[in-house]
Parts: sequence; C-alpha cells; structure tokens
Amino acid sequence: MTTELFNGAEMVVKALAALKVKYIFGYPGGSVLDIYDAIFQQDEVEHILVRHEQAATHMADGYTRATGEVGVVLATSGPGATNCVTGIATAYMDSIPMVVLAGQVATTLIGDDAFQETDIVGCSRPIVKHSFSCRSLEEIPNVIAKAFYLANSGRPGPVVVELPKDMLIPQNKAPFHIETNVQIRSYSPTVKGHPKQIKKAVNTIVNAQRLVIYSGGGIISANASELLTQLVETLDAPITNTLMGLGGISGLHKNFIGMLGMHGSLEANKAMANADVILALGARFDDRVTNNVEKFCPNATIVHVDVDPTSISKTINAHIPVVGLADVVIQQLLDELTAIGFKADQERLAKWWQQVEGWRSVNSVSYEKNDNGLIKPQQAVEALYKVTNGEAYICSDVGQHQMFAAQYYPFAKPRQWINSGGLGTMGFGLPAAMGAQVAFPDAHAVCVTGDGSIQMNIQELSTCLQYGLPVKIVSLNNRSLGMVRQWQDMIYGGRHSSSYMESLPDFVKLAESYGHVGIQINHADELEDKLAEAFALKDRLVFIDILVDEKEHVYPMQIRHGAVDEMWIKKGEKA
Amino acid sequence: MRRILSILLENEPGSLSRIVGLFSQRSFNIESLTVAPTEDDSLSRITIATLGDDKVVEQIVKQVNKLVDVLKVTDLTERAHVEREILLIKVLAMNEKTRSEVKRITDIFRGSVIDIGKQVYTVQMTGDDDKLNAFIEALKNETEIIESVRSGTVGIARGDKALRA
Repeated sequence: MTTELFNGAEMVVKALAALKVKYIFGYPGGSVLDIYDAIFQQDEVEHILVRHEQAATHMADGYTRATGEVGVVLATSGPGATNCVTGIATAYMDSIPMVVLAGQVATTLIGDDAFQETDIVGCSRPIVKHSFSCRSLEEIPNVIAKAFYLANSGRPGPVVVELPKDMLIPQNKAPFHIETNVQIRSYSPTVKGHPKQIKKAVNTIVNAQRLVIYSGGGIISANASELLTQLVETLDAPITNTLMGLGGISGLHKNFIGMLGMHGSLEANKAMANADVILALGARFDDRVTNNVEKFCPNATIVHVDVDPTSISKTINAHIPVVGLADVVIQQLLDELTAIGFKADQERLAKWWQQVEGWRSVNSVSYEKNDNGLIKPQQAVEALYKVTNGEAYICSDVGQHQMFAAQYYPFAKPRQWINSGGLGTMGFGLPAAMGAQVAFPDAHAVCVTGDGSIQMNIQELSTCLQYGLPVKIVSLNNRSLGMVRQWQDMIYGGRHSSSYMESLPDFVKLAESYGHVGIQINHADELEDKLAEAFALKDRLVFIDILVDEKEHVYPMQIRHGAVDEMWIKKGEKA
Repeated sequence: MRRILSILLENEPGSLSRIVGLFSQRSFNIESLTVAPTEDDSLSRITIATLGDDKVVEQIVKQVNKLVDVLKVTDLTERAHVEREILLIKVLAMNEKTRSEVKRITDIFRGSVIDIGKQVYTVQMTGDDDKLNAFIEALKNETEIIESVRSGTVGIARGDKALRA
C-alpha cells in the first residue's frame, strides 16, 4: 500500500477540514496562491473573499463571538499580513480565539527584503497569544492543530501561523498526519480553582453585608451564563456587567443593575463603591471600569476569579484570587454553597437591595426626547430593540452609538452583543456583523454604527452583495465623530478639532450603488415604521441612515480621575 | 529592588524575542540578560536581572509564565542562591608601578590577568554584581580603563532546589 502524498497547500486545507473549520475569511495574493488553488479543488471548507484583510479578521472575529468557534483568516505576505494587524490586536484585547494563516516569501528569500516581505511574526508579536513559522512541510498540520488548541484554551486569543511559499508549492509532497489531541509541555492553563481558595471565596461571599457580582467577557467565552445566573439567584446579589460581559446574565433579569464603568449606570457604579465584597468573575478591572485606581473601592474585599493569573492584581489588588475557567469555578462555588447549606440572609439582602433600588430610582440611563422630531440616538436604539424583539445580534462599531447600544438594548442572551471593547476599533462593526450573519443566516445581524466608523470598512458592502449577507446597518448619523466631539465639548472648551465630518457621502445612494437597499430616517415619528420596513426585507442588506441629534452626549459618565461612582448624570449635573 | 529571575524555555527561534519584547512592551526594566542552551539542547535558560517593587515583580513573573514557550520561571532572590558574573576588562598598564598595582588589586579580588599588550593588561574577574563594581572602582583609582565587558548575571539556587523541566 502506498501512502498518499500531499503538498503543503493541500495540507493546510486538509488540516482545517480535520479541525472542522467551515469558513475561512481571506484575500489571495502571491505567496498564498497555492493555498487558494487547494481551496478551489475541495468543498469541505468554504472561503469568503473580503475586500480588505482587516475586514477578514473582524469577520472571523464576529463569527467567533457569535458561535464560540475559532475564526480563521487567510492573508498573503507583506501588506496582506500587515492589514491583519488591527484585527489581530482587536481579538487579542478581547480574548477572542482566532487563527491567522499568513503567507510569507520563500525561506530562501526571507531577510532579503523580497517583494511583499514583512516579518509578520515580529509585527504581531505583542498582540498574539503565540505564533509559529512553518519551516518544514511535514509539520504544517500539527502546527495548525497547535495553533487552534492555543487559540481556544486557557485565556483565548489570536495565533499567527506564517507559511513561507516554498512550504506550499505543489512540487514538494509528504504524507499527511495530524495529531488533534495536542499536548504542549510548556503550556498547561489552570482550569479548576484551588479548593482552598474556593472555600475562602465562599466564606467571604456568604459573610458579606453588601455583595456585588461584577462579571465580564470571561463569562461569555466560557459559556458560563447559565451557571452565572444560577449563582446570582442563589445569592440574590445585584450583578453588574462590563461592556464585554453584557448578555452574561439577561439584561432583563431583576438582579441586573446595568453596565458599570465610564458609561455605566449610577446603580452599578454606586453598588461597586458601597459593596463590602466584590465578586469579580472573568473581568479584569480595566481602566474604563475602575476610573481612578487610587480611589477604587478601598473598603471592599475583592474576590477575583480569572483564567489568566496576570489579570489578577494587575491594576487592583485581589484579596482572594481564584485562577480557573469561569464555568468551572462558578460550579465549584455553587457546590461549596450547597455543601455548607447556604441560605440567603433575607434581612441583610433587603437592606442592601433597598440601597441599590434607591440609586436605581434615579433612572440614570435616560434621556429626553426632542419636541421637534429630531431623533435622539438613544431613541433609535430603543426602536431597534422593539423592531428586532430584542433578539438580534448587535454588532457595534466604536463611539457614542456603541455606548447607546450597550445602554439601551438589553441583551437577553450571551453572544448577542458583539463589540470591540478592549481595543475600541472603529470599522469593526460591519465585518463583525457579516461574520455573525454567515454563522446565523436566518438571524438578524445588525451593525450599529455611526457616520465615522462605517466609513472605515465601507468597502465590505461589496462582500455582502457577493455572499448575499442581509446585514442591517443602523447608522446613527450625527455628522460628526460623536465621542470625540463629546470629549471636546467637556474637556477641550468646545473646540471641535477635526471631529466634524464634512463631505459625507449620500449613504442611501452609496448602498444602492453596491446593489443594496438604502433608506434615510430623519423624523422621530417615522422611526419605528421605517425600521420595521427595513427589517422586513429579510433577504436584503439595508443601510438605514438615521439622522440623529448631533448635540447629544452619552450619559451617565464617570468624572475623570474620580472614584468609580463619581459621575455626571447629565450635562452639568453630578450624581 | 533588584531581582534575579531564572527562566527555562523552549530553545526555539523567536522565544528570546518574546521575552525581550514582553519586557519592553510592558515597560519592565532589564538590567542584564543572559541566555544559552542547557545540557538538554531543546531548552534554553535565561537569567534576567531586573528592578521593581513586589507588585511589579509579581506581574513580571506572571507575564513571563504566560508566554507559551516558557516552562518555568523563578525569582532567585526570594531564597538562598548563588550569583556570578564575568567581567573582562582592559586597563592601561604603562609602567611598572601601574602594572604591579593592577596585578595586586586583581589578586586581592581573586581574578587573573589573562592577556597583555604593549601597554595594556586584560583582566578576568568573576563574582557578583557588588564585587565587580568594587573591583572596577579600585582599578579606576590606579589606572585608566580602556574597555570592559560584563556577561550579565547568572544564578542558581543553593542546596537541593533545582529549576528543571
């Protein structure tokens, strides 16, 4: 019997198929043409051609955030690879598993400044979990298997695999072997919380007078929502989510007190500031949460659960660190609570909840409608919620609209809310929505964006046409870079330096020229009806250009350098 | 506070640059860094001398540990250990008085003159950071230093404690 032989390009595709990859998001070029030839000759893995490599990374990212499956990107060497850098950094900051296959010039040319040569392993080093450069044909399948394993275990993140051209050419062949049960001797992420720490954590939690649960993206990536909800209900504690953690518990749950941090609700930030015990689950005390770390909750005992030990005591000292996966640790906490026969102290809870309800009653996440029909951006998000029945995948760009979406669209389920929280990448929204739409063709995949962000990856309207992706683009068009403008209003004496978007295109005609439907909404009275009409066009991409009040600011907002709960409630009004 | 970290990592292309990149990316300090393969040539051992308070060093150790290539990290300065550095130093030795003074200082510090030129002595000195600094100061009082090179600190724990894969 003769062993079947494969070239490197075929091995790449076979490896992806063996790892159950359904889609690759990419763009061809010289160094990866052999891979494209191999893709052409099989039908297990489908390739989706974007219009810019950055969009490929965000599309893979959106696909991953919607499904939990590792997203795969394929780009050529040089500019193809460097165009991926922003998308890799976006995934890195939000701990999203991704494998980026980047072409490279032949090993005989590496270092010679060859055509389309860049050191992508070097360029991406600070923003990847790990990277590989294949230097033999035989190792390709196992390197790809390792890349997947690394990307999707422990704290997830992007992995770059560099594939030099001479590893891929048809002339060189070898037998295909892949070991999908990967073992790496230098890598063994902690999964389970240390039993002693679990006991300590539970002891602290059950003795708390004013417990608040603060959960983040770790809940989403560990698929720990149900367990989290169970924990919240067992303890009957108030829970707040980070921007990345929204949907970790239903936004409609009675214990949910809103997002915390810079644009969080008053009750969330107040609860944090007044808690005697903070249970942090899969969140990392980001500066957009803590505000001034020197003033951050000095009297609280902090129990910090995270899969990544570096996240613990990095910015805020944890009194009780627990390293482990969120789902596993929450189960351990629940088991321990059962073991000690925990019963919630109703009196204690009632007192705490009374305080929390007091803050809640301020109704800090609110706005006033205009009398003249000029649409408030918050109003647009509320209408979107209504029209989509709260069930859409909301993929946001970056800016004011992102915060309005986070505040006014309560997410009932995890993975419904897809945004670039850590890096804040404008241009993320549209390709991310496309990725979610690829994953769920029948769902509403919505890109909530603004007139600034949408122009950063607008070329992908063409990809949407090619693949029939009926994404709904909800653009809160305020003719300016709203968040920049807000800061300029608040901090820079109202000097709008380069935050006004002159010469905006006619977005309706733009959508039409790409073969899609475009509509404009400019009066509050027609907001819901026109949105409903747009969403009724199930098979079409609709660009919904909503002209909103350009003077609106996002509130509430933490006061700079202040404590977590020092906030502006509205223009000129402090909490 | 000065700390000595010992790192055992895969001896693979790029693994050193990940360590160095990490330090610059997170603005951790590197006072010295040495690296070489171990007796098992699939592994390299790095010794880094760094400065930082407890919180910073805790972060450094955790961040280094997080690198996929790294098998083990330890802060040698947490316990009894031995540290050594090699200094090769070329000094002006123009006349009998300077030559004998350089030789005398070298003997006192238990180093050796390993090469001579028409007007220079080259001295090898082994010891910890403090000793080498003291030796250099002593030489400076007697003659002019032409050139010097230090290996950077290497270290190992005392007793049975070992850093192994």
